[in-house]
Amino acid sequence: MASTETGAKDTAPLDGKDRADERPTRDLSGLEAGLDALETVTVGRTPAGQLLLKKVLPPLTAVVLVLVVWQLCAWGKVADPTKLPSPHAVWQELVDRWNAGDLFSIIWTSVERGLLGFLAALAIGTPLGLVVARVPFVRSAIGPILSGLQSLPSVAWVPAAVIWLGLSDSAMYAVILLGAVPSIANGLVAGIDQVPPLYLRAGRTIGATGLRGAWFILLPASLPGYVAGLKQGWAFSWRSLMAAELIASSPDLGVGLGRYLENMREASDMAGVFLGILLILVVGIAIDQIVFSPLERWVLRSRGLTVGTR
Amino acid sequence: MADTLTGPAAPQAGPAGYAARIDHVSKAFGRPGAQQLVLDDITLDVAPGEFVCLLGASGCGKSTLLNLVAGLDKPSAGTIDAPGGRPALMFQEHALFPWLTAGRNIELALRLRGVPREDRRTEAERLLSLVRLGGAYGKRVHELSGGMRQRVALARALAQDSQLLLMDEPFAALDAITRDVLHDELTRIWSETDLSVLFVTHNVREAVRLAQRVVLLSSRPGRVNREWAIDIPQPRRIEDADVADLSVEITEELRGEIRRHGQH
Repeated sequence: MASTETGAKDTAPLDGKDRADERPTRDLSGLEAGLDALETVTVGRTPAGQLLLKKVLPPLTAVVLVLVVWQLCAWGKVADPTKLPSPHAVWQELVDRWNAGDLFSIIWTSVERGLLGFLAALAIGTPLGLVVARVPFVRSAIGPILSGLQSLPSVAWVPAAVIWLGLSDSAMYAVILLGAVPSIANGLVAGIDQVPPLYLRAGRTIGATGLRGAWFILLPASLPGYVAGLKQGWAFSWRSLMAAELIASSPDLGVGLGRYLENMREASDMAGVFLGILLILVVGIAIDQIVFSPLERWVLRSRGLTVGTR
Repeated sequence: MADTLTGPAAPQAGPAGYAARIDHVSKAFGRPGAQQLVLDDITLDVAPGEFVCLLGASGCGKSTLLNLVAGLDKPSAGTIDAPGGRPALMFQEHALFPWLTAGRNIELALRLRGVPREDRRTEAERLLSLVRLGGAYGKRVHELSGGMRQRVALARALAQDSQLLLMDEPFAALDAITRDVLHDELTRIWSETDLSVLFVTHNVREAVRLAQRVVLLSSRPGRVNREWAIDIPQPRRIEDADVADLSVEITEELRGEIRRHGQH
């Protein structure tokens, strides 16, 4: 400890070699490789057979069980066939619709509306959520209303929408928007609120400030909450649309799933009513499983946020 | 030494003669009237290429000081000058972005620095191999161990190509074995580059293991209490007798400083 050779690394006694001779254990890269190997968790993919067993078998069993109980009830004449149609009668109704050729047009009328309405809700809800999350005045002003709107069943908007916009597609879209926009905006707000401040600080130190900070740090960091909002937004869109189709009746609107269901009720065709309910359920689940669940899984898995198998 | 950092990292401090100058800096928090002084008249230079450890107990404002040097906060009085560009900062938590792979984390820093797209990949790979994580480019953050994460964070900090690296207790959350290895690693990288390091810690041995100069801060408010210049040759080990001896001396001083707070 003689002089203070600050800043003179080259002249400082940095004789690594000499000391390495004294200490043969100083093999840093080997040591590090060992530590890395010991501490790394390898996440293997589940084999397909197990995946089938864990993910496909349980829901399949549940469906089969429901069908069996339903069939037993129908056989046992638990209720009058006009009130409880057998699974076969519902299947027959499906085949009839298929043969009549209007099955897909019924489904597509609703799905098209639902998806277009959802995309519009996405385009409105995203900037709205950003503004609410980042501008304190706007947040205090409309934040509570926005979360309050989520608990208002959007079917309550149908009468108003019909009076404002008539029995038209616009009224349908208005109801979808009022259902889905608050969900999407709130999801984004929640996502942004949950961004750890550390990411923002780390972003600022590497130069991500202002708009670059929003684009490179804030938005990707809030993605999990945002995707959860999208998922819920779709559920709300689909629900509101079915309610609107049930209530609003006009030849201009065409026959969607909701209208088909109401038509069957008017005809007292219980098998048709059952088919309507099942189709609405299946479409809702299918869109969720095809679009939103994979999206959510991808976002969560790429960040190591999945807990076991979902 | 194939890993040596080359290129524009050459010292630009020329006329300034320091990598960071902290000049009579004070920092107070709270509203006017009920202010609490956290840092009181700190003056400290970090020479180009120097490794300085800031040591202190809780409440000495060492992290606050680092934030000020990093430009994340403004001093209440005094000036801070870091002529080598925006200082790089490493935290106790790795602060890597989980939506990006290890390599992409580094590339983001390169991109924000203005490195052209076609050079980023090569540069990121080079920085990863500098911290001996050559194969980790495509790894997600959650697939890495704590020590590997801090090494990627170090590589990302180096990607800023700043002359000054600020480190805020970066190894405090690691186990002893890993911390030891990272001490060796940091010493190696520091000696191969012309980086200046300002390293904050409350671990006396860590400070003596790493630094050329240890600065002891008093607590509440933080003031420069004493300095030690250390010329034990690198690479040191935390078990070395001379490291231990000096650690005992500094620890006594630190304990005396802590005791003072219990007396009133």
